[in-house]
Amino acid sequence: MRYPVYSVTQVNEHIRDLLEADPGLGALFVRGELSNYKLYPSGHHYFSLKDEAGAIRCVMFRREAVSLRFRPQNGMKVLAFGRVSAYPRDGVYQLYVSTLTPDGVGDLHAAFEELKARLSAQGLFDGDHKKPIPKFPGRIALVTSPAGAAVRDMLRILNARWPMARIYVVPCRVQGGEAPVEIAGAISWVNARKCADLIITGRGGGSMEDLWCFNDERVARAIYASAIPVISAVGHEPDVTIADYVADLRAATPSNGAELAVPDQSEQYASLSHLSARMAKAMDRRVQYERQCLDRLSACRLLQNPMAWVEDRRARLDRQGERLTHSLTARTARDRENFARLCASLDALSPLKVLSRGYTVARGPHGLVKSVGDVSPGDRLTLTLSDGTVGCTADL
Amino acid sequence: MPTKKQPTFEEAMARLEAIVAALEKGDTPLEEALTLFEEGAALMKQCAKALDQAEQKVTKLLPGPDGSPIEEPMEELEL
Repeated sequence: MRYPVYSVTQVNEHIRDLLEADPGLGALFVRGELSNYKLYPSGHHYFSLKDEAGAIRCVMFRREAVSLRFRPQNGMKVLAFGRVSAYPRDGVYQLYVSTLTPDGVGDLHAAFEELKARLSAQGLFDGDHKKPIPKFPGRIALVTSPAGAAVRDMLRILNARWPMARIYVVPCRVQGGEAPVEIAGAISWVNARKCADLIITGRGGGSMEDLWCFNDERVARAIYASAIPVISAVGHEPDVTIADYVADLRAATPSNGAELAVPDQSEQYASLSHLSARMAKAMDRRVQYERQCLDRLSACRLLQNPMAWVEDRRARLDRQGERLTHSLTARTARDRENFARLCASLDALSPLKVLSRGYTVARGPHGLVKSVGDVSPGDRLTLTLSDGTVGCTADL
Repeated sequence: MPTKKQPTFEEAMARLEAIVAALEKGDTPLEEALTLFEEGAALMKQCAKALDQAEQKVTKLLPGPDGSPIEEPMEELEL
């Protein structure tokens, strides 16, 4: 029997062609467990899928890998979709993976998206509905498991930052089927009894199934209905649950929740210090200012020697008085002079004065004699002199 | 005589800010400024004391038979 002799490449290419010719291998799902997971600098993911009896080599190229919605880890049960072929260069057949999802969780993803869309449409995620977180909460309710790292971390951080707040741990399950009822119930009860100024609800990291209770509609509605602000602090980044969307504030982890819930007391100390300094400085400036005003006033002559001021005023008053009197007397003297002068003039003009100088007033039968024509010979005349009258007869 | 209810830390800090702002503005009469300063000093003391003396109190809170809150001690946790 003559056997054919081929080159290596020919054999590999033949195997590849055989595989690619099989439609069953062209598009298929493979269920298995991840192992030997390696991410290369090229961005391509190389791993194996295995079950109890065997393993198959896989590759997921960078272009497909960017759509991965979870972090693949060895040991994870997954569902891979792709095709089987062979790479002639190294003679290895591989599953070329185009999508990779955690197994059994495919349904959960769909449920998550459905609930998220529905609650969003009903307005449960609306920003307007979200309440502000109180700056200095007096009482904080932790709706979480009373055991485990999450509550321990939260208490430690709350104590370091703001020991002034009173902490109430309202215990509930945070995974499993009974958890949603317990979480929702605890949130409603804290509201009914008004036990706190702030609620933090959450749990530590885990798989999507572990965190699933915080994707429950009952928990979402309890958070929405809460009049007390709620911080949701579930798992690790980048896990986002429905509770995170509904809550008034979302924390990346339980520890982050504690940080967001309270102020840092060392910052408050610093604030107080700063305020104290400002207040002292303002008061100091004020006192300095008032003192300056006072100094300015005391420099004023008036306040230094008030009597001098009074004396000065009095002197002025006296001077005014003198001038007044002086002007009055001067006036009076002047008036008197004028009067005397007028009297003298009047006197000079007086008819009596004229008479005393020798003139007479003659009256005839026809009245006052002012001309020789007024007198006829033989007329009887009366002469008025300064001191009496004389009768006489006119001669020719 | 009934004592006036002590302001909360938040209220005290807010009032302190207001007092400091007023004093910095400087247009209150001197007597009033002095009164404000006194009030500020007292509030500062109160706030510092609250911070100094704060000690975390942690308890479990559970509904009792009638639904009203009952406090229970928290088990020893490694903090």
